[in-house]
Amino acid sequence: MIKLVPRGSSSQSMFILAPIFAIFLTLLTGSIIFFLMGYNPSNALKIFFISPISNAYGISELLVKATPLALIAMGLSFCFKNNIYNIGAEGQLTMGAIFGGGVGIYFYDISSVLILPGMIIAGALGGALWAMIPALLKTKFNTNEILTSLMLAYIALLILDYLVVGPWRDPDGFNFPKTRPFGESGRMPILFQGLRIHFGLIITLILIAFSWFIYSKTIFGFQLKVSGFSPKAARFAGFNKNFLIFSAFAISGAFAGLAGVGEVSGPIGLIYRDISPNYGFTAIIVCFLGRLHPLGIIFASLVIALTYLGAEDAQLFLQIPAAVGFVFQGLVLFFLLGSDLLVNFKLRLNN
Amino acid sequence: MKKNTLPIIIILAVLLGAGGFFISNQNNVQDTASDQKKIGFIYIGPPGDHGWTYMHDQGRQTMEAELGDSITTTYIENVPENADAVRAIRKLAESGHDLIFTTSFNYMDQTLEVAKDFPDIKFEHATGYKRADNVATYNSRFYEGRTIIGHIAGKMTKTNTIGYIASFPIPEVIRGINSFYLAASKVNPDIKIKVIWAYTWYDPAKEADAANTLINQGADIIVQHTDTFAPCQAAEKAGVLAFGQASNQEQFCPNAHMTAIEDVWGPYYAERAKALVDGSWASQDTWAGMKEGHVVMSDYNTKILPADLIAEAKAMEARIIDGSLHSFAGPIYNQDGELVVPEGSVADDGMLAGMMFYVQGIEDQVPQ
Repeated sequence: MIKLVPRGSSSQSMFILAPIFAIFLTLLTGSIIFFLMGYNPSNALKIFFISPISNAYGISELLVKATPLALIAMGLSFCFKNNIYNIGAEGQLTMGAIFGGGVGIYFYDISSVLILPGMIIAGALGGALWAMIPALLKTKFNTNEILTSLMLAYIALLILDYLVVGPWRDPDGFNFPKTRPFGESGRMPILFQGLRIHFGLIITLILIAFSWFIYSKTIFGFQLKVSGFSPKAARFAGFNKNFLIFSAFAISGAFAGLAGVGEVSGPIGLIYRDISPNYGFTAIIVCFLGRLHPLGIIFASLVIALTYLGAEDAQLFLQIPAAVGFVFQGLVLFFLLGSDLLVNFKLRLNN
Repeated sequence: MKKNTLPIIIILAVLLGAGGFFISNQNNVQDTASDQKKIGFIYIGPPGDHGWTYMHDQGRQTMEAELGDSITTTYIENVPENADAVRAIRKLAESGHDLIFTTSFNYMDQTLEVAKDFPDIKFEHATGYKRADNVATYNSRFYEGRTIIGHIAGKMTKTNTIGYIASFPIPEVIRGINSFYLAASKVNPDIKIKVIWAYTWYDPAKEADAANTLINQGADIIVQHTDTFAPCQAAEKAGVLAFGQASNQEQFCPNAHMTAIEDVWGPYYAERAKALVDGSWASQDTWAGMKEGHVVMSDYNTKILPADLIAEAKAMEARIIDGSLHSFAGPIYNQDGELVVPEGSVADDGMLAGMMFYVQGIEDQVPQ
C-alpha cells in the first residue's frame, strides 16, 4: 500500500516551482502525445507555442485573450485567499456584459465621452451585484457558495439569452439573437492601430497593481490572508467574517464584470450569446496556476491564453484537432494538482 | 527566504535550456510552393458532425480532388461565432491563403472585418447577405428539399403531429418551416407542426432533448434544422420517424431515417477554385438548388417508405429540377390571412431571402 503522509512544513521554493514543473511536465506529455500521433514533437510544440506569437498581431491577440483571464483570476484570488470558492465568475462576467452593454445599447446613437466610463462602471456594478447573491446566501443561510455561485452562472447566461433573443434583439438583424452594435463612443479605444488590443489591458494592469497594494499594504489585505490561513486566529483577532466574505465576493464580481464589459466593448462591439469562451471558468485554472499572486496570475494568464491560440495554429499547420488545446489546459491543471499534492505530502510504502 | 532563491534559479535555467533545445532543434515548416493557390475554410463544428460541417469538408475534398496540385487546402474547425472568429479568419489570411470560405451565417461581420484589411484576398461567406468587392456569398435552396420531406411527412404521420427542431428564427430557417408545411398540408390538411427553437446549430445534447420533448408531445416524425444526427438517433430510440439533415445519416438511425436533404458543396467549391486559379474570380451571390445539384435527396429508405410514395417523391424531384414545381407557388397566405403570393405566380427571391413570417395554418408564432 502507498500512503500519503503530510510533510509538515512545506517549502517556499517548491510553492513557486510547482506550477513551473507542471508546465514542464505538460510540455513533456504533450510532446509524447504529438509523437504518438505521428508528428515531430519539437516541430509541433513550436507551432503550438511559438508560431502564434511570432508577430505583433499574434502578441496582441495573446494579450486580448490574457486580459480577461488575468482580470478575473485576480478578482478570484480575493475569494480563494479567504477560502471562499467563487466558481461563478462566468456569471459575474455575463452580468457585467449585460449591465455595461445595456448602457452601450441604450446610448447607441449618441456620441459622448461619458458613455464608455458609464459602461465600465455599470459593468463592474453588475458583476459585483451578481456576486452579492452567493455572499448573502452564505452569510445568512450558510449555503455552500460553490453550488450557488456556479448555478447563478447558468442563470446569468439564460438572462443574457433572453435579452438577445427578446427585448434587446437588433431590429435590423434578421431575427438573429444579437443586439445592435454599440456606437463608437461605446467601444474601448484601440491601443495600436490595426491590432485588437484595447484599453481594457491598461485597466487590468492598474487593477492588478491595485490588488497587490491591497494585499501587501493594507489591513484589509492582511485580514483576508489571515482569515483564509487560520479562521480561528481571525475570529480571535475580532475580524468581521461577514464583511470579509462580502468584500471578497464584491471585488471578484466587479473584476469579472469588468472583464465582461471589456469583451463586449472591446473586440466584440455588441452583445450576443457566445461573448465568453468560458473565460470565467478558465480563470480558475489561471488563478491557481498563478498561486493567487499578482505576478503569477499575469504569467499564468499568458500561458493559458497561449493554449487557445496554439490550438488554432496546430489545426491550421498540422491539422491537429482543436481539442488538443483543452488537452493542454487539462494537463496543466492535472500536473499542478499532482505537484501540489507531492509538495505537501510524501509517499510512503508500508506493508 | 534568500536561501531559497538559488535552487529556483538553477531549475528555471535547466527548464529554459531544455525548452530552447527542443525548439531550436527543428526548422520551421512553412512551405513555399510557388504558384499553388491556398484555400482555407472556417468551420463552425468538427467535420465529424456528419452534418453541416461534414458536408463542407466533403466539398473541400471534392474541390481538392478536382483541382489536384494547383491548390492546397486547410481548415480551422470549431471556430465559435464570436470575437475569436476574427482571429481565425485573419490567421488564414496572414498565412498566405488566396481564398477563404467562412461556412456559417454568423461569421458575416467578422468576414467583412477581416476582408477590409486584406483587399487582395478573396472571401466567400456561406448563407450571408453582406458582400464586398472581395467577399462573395453563397447559399443553397435547401427549402426545395423541405418540400419533398414535407410531402413525405404529410403522408407518413399517424398522429398528424410533426416535431420540428429549429435553430434560429432567421429567414433561412423560417423559409424551411414554411416550405415543409406548405407541402405537408397539401397532402394532409390536418397536419400540425410543433416547433422548438434550439438557438444553436451544433449541440447534440440539446438537439436530442428537443427531439425527446417533441416526441413526448405526440410528434411521430422529427424534422430538424440543426447540424447533428442526435435528433434522428433520439427518434430511432423512441421508435418514431425522422429525416436526416445535411448529409445521409441513415447509418446512425437506420430504422427512423426516411431520407435526408444533402448539402453538396463540392461542385460550387471546385467552380470557385477554378475561377481563382484562372483569375476570373469575382464577388457574386450564388443561390443554387436541386437543378444545379447543390441540394440532393438521400436514398429513400425502402424499409420504411412505401414504393408509391418513393415514386411520388422522385417525381417531385424531377419537377423541381425542370421548374414545373416551385416550393412557394401561389396562392400563399400569411397568418393574418393576407395573400402574399397570388395564384399563378411564385415567391420571388427577394421575398424568400427576407422571409420572416409563417404561412397560414401554422399554429405558432415566429419568435419576436
